[in-house]
Amino acid sequence: MRVVCSILIALTLLSAPQALAVQPDEILPDTALEGRARALSKELRCMVCQNQSIDDSDAPLARDLRLIVRERLKEGDSDRQVIDFLVARYGEFVLLKPRVALHTALLWFGPPALLCGGALALLLIARRRTRRGSDDQAKPEGGNLTPAEQARLAHLLKSES
Amino acid sequence: MIAELGHYALVLALGLALVQACVPLYGARKNDPVLMSVAAPAAIAQFGFVAFAFGALVICYVTSDFSVVNVFENSHSAKPLIYKITGVWGNHEGSMLLWVLILSVFGALVAIFGSNLPARLRANVLAVQSWVAFTFYLFILATSNPFLRLSPAPIEGRDLNPILQDPGLAIHPPMLYVGYVGLSISFSFALAALIEGRIDAAWARWVRPWTLLAWMFLTAGIAMGSYWAYYTLGWGGWWFWDPVENASLMPWIAATALLHSAVVMEKRNALKVWTILLAILAFSLSLVGTFLVRSGVLTSVHTFASDPARGMFILMILVLFIGGGLALFALRAPLLKQGGLFAPISREGALVFNNLFLVSACAAVFVGTLYPLALEAVTGEKISVGAPFFNMTFWPLFVPLLIAAPFGPLLAWKRGDLLGVAQRLVGAAALAVIGIAVTFAAEGGGPVLIPFAFGLAIFVIAGALTDLVERTALLRVPLGTAFARARGLPRSAWGTALAHMGLGVTLLGIIGETQLGSERIAEIKPGQSISIRRYDLHFDDIVQRQGPNYSETAARFTVRRGGDVIGTMEPSKRTFPSRGSGTTESALMRRGVGQLYLSLGDLNPDGSIAVRLYHKPLVLMIWLGAIVMVIGGGLSLSDRRLRVGAPKPARGKAVMQPAE
Repeated sequence: MRVVCSILIALTLLSAPQALAVQPDEILPDTALEGRARALSKELRCMVCQNQSIDDSDAPLARDLRLIVRERLKEGDSDRQVIDFLVARYGEFVLLKPRVALHTALLWFGPPALLCGGALALLLIARRRTRRGSDDQAKPEGGNLTPAEQARLAHLLKSES
Repeated sequence: MIAELGHYALVLALGLALVQACVPLYGARKNDPVLMSVAAPAAIAQFGFVAFAFGALVICYVTSDFSVVNVFENSHSAKPLIYKITGVWGNHEGSMLLWVLILSVFGALVAIFGSNLPARLRANVLAVQSWVAFTFYLFILATSNPFLRLSPAPIEGRDLNPILQDPGLAIHPPMLYVGYVGLSISFSFALAALIEGRIDAAWARWVRPWTLLAWMFLTAGIAMGSYWAYYTLGWGGWWFWDPVENASLMPWIAATALLHSAVVMEKRNALKVWTILLAILAFSLSLVGTFLVRSGVLTSVHTFASDPARGMFILMILVLFIGGGLALFALRAPLLKQGGLFAPISREGALVFNNLFLVSACAAVFVGTLYPLALEAVTGEKISVGAPFFNMTFWPLFVPLLIAAPFGPLLAWKRGDLLGVAQRLVGAAALAVIGIAVTFAAEGGGPVLIPFAFGLAIFVIAGALTDLVERTALLRVPLGTAFARARGLPRSAWGTALAHMGLGVTLLGIIGETQLGSERIAEIKPGQSISIRRYDLHFDDIVQRQGPNYSETAARFTVRRGGDVIGTMEPSKRTFPSRGSGTTESALMRRGVGQLYLSLGDLNPDGSIAVRLYHKPLVLMIWLGAIVMVIGGGLSLSDRRLRVGAPKPARGKAVMQPAE
């Protein structure tokens, strides 16, 4: 699908989608630390790319960021500290998962709110309809039939039996 | 000359669309059969003109007529014929022409197969369809004309972006567009019903096949695109939550919801208003997708503002149809009568549950895709919303659907027995528990989520099969009787079971790929080996090859498993001199439903090469599941009760049909 992205965007942008991302020389010898670096990389945006994490991107900037992440981890930073460091340096734009805050409230809570609101609305409708239910069922749907329709109905019923 | 003819045909289609947009509508209002009957031939002729225009552009591409700007910018005389043809829609102008071509195909299909529709409904549907067509013809002619000339004509073209020179381009965009545009039919039906102010179960029966068709193509198109990205991009990712992908996922979710609610409407005459709204929303999301992709707004809000012609035009179309559709809905929906009462625990209730969660999941994708744009436009603040966000918000809304999927088809209409259904699903649940236990034991201390995810996938698959087992009474009656019953089952029952099963299969693939895969990144020289799991890949040598319009550096690997040679893999890098750019061609080796995936990085001066090697267990199930879903859709579509124009069964037989 990213390919379609290039159908659409590559024409105006010089895109370099052939990513080989993490280079062999970047990999840390400590597998636990490398694992953390990879996990962190997936959460960080390559800021010159279209919606790519630094783990996926082969842009020079992404490489720089990957190296910074590994640098900080080697110095004993926690994941949280690494992220804080990058946000302080590059702004919130670097996070692929925005922080929960006032300006992202709608983003985070909109869909669950819709779910709850929808469920509530359904509940109310169901209650209202069960209360009125007995009336509604008594009435045939579509109102009264015209004489012509009644004649046709009678005819149909006769032919069925 | 041919380009001018194509251009002219498009202008004629525009004029015809205007006629078709007004005359039948007026005729329906005045109940004038002559005016209403204008619609069908006009729709067929429209298709003729657009097909001619499209054919003209294809001829320009095939003959490499570089005096046409669009051909010059996107083609090259040395390109293989297939890519000359697919290149027609590998760019903005051409792909919009494909869009309207498919739109006119659908219009013509309704005209041809809609002869059993009530005359007024048909006239209104075709008129609304033509409104859409009219605005898009106008869009193409005013801002994106593919037939513009260039003088003097250049000797050679600029070639198509190499990454698009792939069989994927031949299949993926047309399929996706059939899906997108197919939803316009549901939209037209919804608006026609609102214009008339009446709607009934028959309406749902007419709309469902069209929605189903669009849904099948969307499913296949999305899956195809995902596989294309997977093998092309070189690191084996198959879904990126990219705005362009989301643009196709949102209509898919909405269409899925629409299919389910249309069932309720057809069978029980309930959820009418909601179904109409969904039909409007589904096509609106297709339009939003077109807007997102075509306007350049994704690149940046500023790009959009600096070159506003196209973006503004599509935005206006968007406002016109979504706003107009919803306004008409607000005005007329109260006229529609609600029917069919049901208890919360019932088939209807399950389908409402399905709709509630699907719409919420769709909203999560929608908000995530558009929020950064909106925030930047309003406050200037820039945030990113990517895969980690979507994984965190989408899945919690989607997992309840997966859990509920086996229950729905087993519940009775009107008033269901949840306990009874749960008892019937005990077998499926037992299989799921066994699956959880086995994965847990095999994993030995990995994340707890994985075994449970596996269990869920097994439950979805086994639950879908339970429905079939129950309906055929397999295990309870002699095999022959069960077989006879299986043959007697309506095809739509098979369709439901297969579509739900496909969901489980895809889920298995997703878990396998994301949680159980492994990766090796290394720099190796010829003669060295790299290994992953039980596979050893020996790097034999590097060869240079020449393709039709590219040169290729391929690395040859011999693959061994436990010492035995099981094959070779040849990943390569291609360079296209016409554009000065290249592609990475990964090598794939299928192992069961998993794959070995090998792609090349940079060649170093010392003769070593960077390689990425992946072992991706179960990965093919992701797309296999989609194929199963599409087959399910196809079976359901072939159900004679749904077939448009199928003769009505004899009266007595209809009474004998099992109520379901």
